Amino acid sequence: MTIQIHVPMDSGALSLGAEQVAQAIAAEAARRGVEVTIRRNGSRGMYWLEPLVEVSVGGQRRAYGPVTAADVPGLFEADFLQGGTHPLALGLTDEIPFLARQNRLTFARVGVVDALSIADYVAHGGFVGLARAIRLEPAEVVREVTDSGLRGRGGAAFPTGIKWQTVLNTPAEQKYIACNADEGDSGTFSDRMLMEGDPFCLIEGMAIAGLAVGATKGYIYLRSEYPHAHRTLEAAIEAARRVGYLGANLMGSGRAFDLEVRLGAGAYICGEETAMLESLEGKRGIVRAKPPLPAIEGLFGQPTVINNVISLASVPTILARGAAFYRDYGVGRSRGTLPFQLAGNLRRTGLVELAFGVTLRELLYDYGGGSASGRPIRAVQVGGPLGAYVPESQFDTPLDYEAYMAMGAMIGHGGIVAFDDSVDMAKMARYAMEFCAIESCGKCTPCRIGSTRGVEVIDRIIAGEDRGRQLALLDSLCDTMEAGSLCAMGGMTPYPVRSALKYFARDFGVDETQAA
Amino acid sequence: MDEARDKQIIQREIEAHRAMPGALLPILHAIQDALGWIPPQATPALAQALNRSRAEVHGVISFYHHFRTTPPGRHVVQVCRAESCQAMGGAALEAHAQAALGTAFGETTADGAITLEAVYCLGNCACSPAVRVDDDIVGRVSSARFDEIVATLRGEQVSA
Ligand SMILES: Cc1cc2nc3c(=O)[nH]c(=O)nc-3n(C[C@H](O)[C@H](O)[C@H](O)COP(=O)(O)O)c2cc1C
Ligand code: SF4
Repeated sequence: MTIQIHVPMDSGALSLGAEQVAQAIAAEAARRGVEVTIRRNGSRGMYWLEPLVEVSVGGQRRAYGPVTAADVPGLFEADFLQGGTHPLALGLTDEIPFLARQNRLTFARVGVVDALSIADYVAHGGFVGLARAIRLEPAEVVREVTDSGLRGRGGAAFPTGIKWQTVLNTPAEQKYIACNADEGDSGTFSDRMLMEGDPFCLIEGMAIAGLAVGATKGYIYLRSEYPHAHRTLEAAIEAARRVGYLGANLMGSGRAFDLEVRLGAGAYICGEETAMLESLEGKRGIVRAKPPLPAIEGLFGQPTVINNVISLASVPTILARGAAFYRDYGVGRSRGTLPFQLAGNLRRTGLVELAFGVTLRELLYDYGGGSASGRPIRAVQVGGPLGAYVPESQFDTPLDYEAYMAMGAMIGHGGIVAFDDSVDMAKMARYAMEFCAIESCGKCTPCRIGSTRGVEVIDRIIAGEDRGRQLALLDSLCDTMEAGSLCAMGGMTPYPVRSALKYFARDFGVDETQAA
Repeated sequence: MDEARDKQIIQREIEAHRAMPGALLPILHAIQDALGWIPPQATPALAQALNRSRAEVHGVISFYHHFRTTPPGRHVVQVCRAESCQAMGGAALEAHAQAALGTAFGETTADGAITLEAVYCLGNCACSPAVRVDDDIVGRVSSARFDEIVATLRGEQVSA
């Protein structure tokens, strides 16, 4: 047997030179006349070690990283094909503490399997959930998802099973599954990693959703910023169709489900579910008023399940291992696991899938290793550009949807962006308003105009012009945006702004004691 | 610019995709992938083919940041401006990119080599700051690394 080497084709790994490393390994192996098989996996989610090369020795995977193309001859010299020692050797991949101390359910296969191999997918438990869903009645599939406690991972944390039940209960000739792969939040990349590293898992989740609610057609609305994920998804869909995991006769059941990828076009608001529907219909991404709920009148006016990539990708595990297995992870009403994404100024950035209930401090320090710059971590934005900035005094609150809501923050899609003490929080507050002004769909005045005013007011506060009055103005502007916006774009932009002002008042030139 | 050739490509993409439900975005993507931008003549052609008003088609094109209504340079370089990149020195990179290329975001260098754009997250937040060069993503981009990328792009264009 030839020696198996894994070199990720995850776009993060590629962004650090993984392709050059793969080529260098192939060239060096050829030069030395050794036979190797280079397999392309997703990323294990340890980006400070990317490109992470793994060699299978005696049935176990040994890791080396971060590898550059220039390191490759030396690795051969050190006999890394037999697990030889080398300064870049990291030991057994599964024993690297960052990875060993996770609860990888949804990400169990990401980085492990060859992303485009159905055989690998099946060998690692793939399509077991779909096979079970085929044997169950639709209502039983929905009940399983409801009982698992799964809540939407795209941001709003709405119970997935309840949404599915509504679509199941709504009779229609045609229903749809629309997967939200717009992943616009800065600091998030779990959707991307899953689509690039285990695309069949998303396909399986969507097929199960289709069987559960009676939808035969699915769309994946993918942001145009993800060209690699796009190629991987297209190839995976094609492969799944060829062997009957998609198409007119799912796994020989006589039931149909097929899907298609549609690209977004660089509009953050199209991650909002109704704007996404408009975009899929070929229109401007303007948010729709609710009701009607998309579950009743969604895409092309038909009942539509809209779920985030991670919500859908969690479903195969739930079906395969049962609702109780999944529900046993987590705390309170936050059941199961969340793939947290460590980003920004951290020594060890990457993906950490854990049961809810872990604290930010554990994620930042035990997993993240503290700041990359070596300076103190001062502020952490959790939940994307509409999420609050969390100060150190709140690092010990457990990550649980309700606990975060109670402190005026949100977990959202699980993005965690750390800033060290060189950050200027007044600038970050200004950026939040600026981003809202750039990305507003324009439907509501408080969002469209208020955000531009917000930038101006913060500029005046920074410049020290009539600061007291401007602060009062900013406060009332935030009130207006929160109360008068149709969606969370305008409604939650005040979260990062207000938290920045509340906890980091001195950056605004305000005496900490007089801040709101 | 060859308007007759553009017209042919626009018609070809319209024919290839018009039967899809919600065909407008897929057609616009196909046109931009082929031509690098959406030329003005696409608007009436799309309006007619999809039975929508010109104003509506124009509204869609202008709504999305991705669609370009002026021809880009030979390469497009996007610098991420979002929070994670800012936490890793993104603001300095933004400034450096604009200074080094002598263009503001949204503009093309005088030699026509590079169009510089701002982007809001490339999903490479674990390797900030990030830049997209045509269809490739590059991570942990320092100012020096940015200059190397630009030099490579310009070098390619000389040898091409
Ligand atoms: C401005 C805005 C942007 C959003 N962006 C995304 C996104 O990129 N991906 C996503 O899944 N949900 C996003 N959402 C949430 C969606 O509206 C919706 O709640 C979600 O797709 C439903 O799927 P889930 O229940 O599985 O989370 C966004 C919401 C708002 C208000
Ligand atoms: S809050 Fe902003 S983004 Fe949301 S609907 Fe209103 S204008 Fe559009």
